[in-house]
Amino acid sequence: MSDRAGLGDSPLVVEHEARPELRHHFADVVQQRNAASLGMWVFLATEIMFFGGMFCGYLIYRREYYPSFAAGSKSLNLWLGALNTAVLICSSLTVALSVRASQLGKRRQLLWLLWGTIFFGLVFLGVKGFEWRDEYVHHHVPTFYFSAQDLIRENPNLHIDPQATKIFYSLYFSLTGVHAAHMVAGIGIFAVITFMAWKGKFTPEYHTPVEIAGLYWHFVDIVWIYLFPLLYLIDRRPGA
Amino acid sequence: MADHSEHVVSVGLYWLIWAVLIGATFLTAWIATVDLGIFNTVVALLIATCKASIVVLFFMHVKYTSEKMTKAIVVSAIFWLLLLLFLSLSDYATRSSG
Repeated sequence: MSDRAGLGDSPLVVEHEARPELRHHFADVVQQRNAASLGMWVFLATEIMFFGGMFCGYLIYRREYYPSFAAGSKSLNLWLGALNTAVLICSSLTVALSVRASQLGKRRQLLWLLWGTIFFGLVFLGVKGFEWRDEYVHHHVPTFYFSAQDLIRENPNLHIDPQATKIFYSLYFSLTGVHAAHMVAGIGIFAVITFMAWKGKFTPEYHTPVEIAGLYWHFVDIVWIYLFPLLYLIDRRPGA
Repeated sequence: MADHSEHVVSVGLYWLIWAVLIGATFLTAWIATVDLGIFNTVVALLIATCKASIVVLFFMHVKYTSEKMTKAIVVSAIFWLLLLLFLSLSDYATRSSG
């Protein structure tokens, strides 16, 4: 098939024959790359609405039961929350640098950065798991064994409604739980990307999977950037 | 033939953004312990929004993309989110407690 639809030796045909990674329905690799990235952004827009519904519920209940939410927030470990924020920022840096390494075709560097990303992701989940265990031990998981008595003891000057603190912890566990599920998915995606990089699938011309997996990872980081102040920092003023 | 080159961000800029994000994280944790009245929440959300913006612009390459549709999707996604939050909260904020 030397003459496709009469195109002959047009630049389009030459480009498609020289680049096996370029799918036939795209004019050139730039269009293909932009289409893939655009698709990821559309998905992320749906993710914003997914998390947005929970954030909206959180804001409404927080307004309604502010003292109980503040007491629940104070029971969380501020420094572990800040540490986990820093861990995710480090993972976003390794992701950004891994996209750069794939743009420049630096395979060894790319592999190290991808392993680094998976490492930071696992550290985040480990710290989060430790916090969840702590909350379980203190009967803060909203189940039959839930108790807010310790919060009422520790905050004698706040009007705390145990049912409202239960709502706080329900939102806390759903938001951090759904976020952690996204982290698990992200680590899975990066495991596949690492395998593809190890097989040498990426070149400076074709590294779209690294780029769009990176977009997803950065999005999950942004969700945590909002979760940290909204869950951990409701009211940390001394004596409040 | 079309230009295949992508914008490659320098390593130095990525590390600078990392340093700003880490600094802002500890700033937000510290400033939460300072009594600013109702502005504690405002400042916390402002810092979070600045952090999210630089992640979107630099780490997610929205500043450098040639695809205008990407920018349109980012802006409309934020618009729908604000619509959801603003309309819901303006409802609850104007209800009588009685």
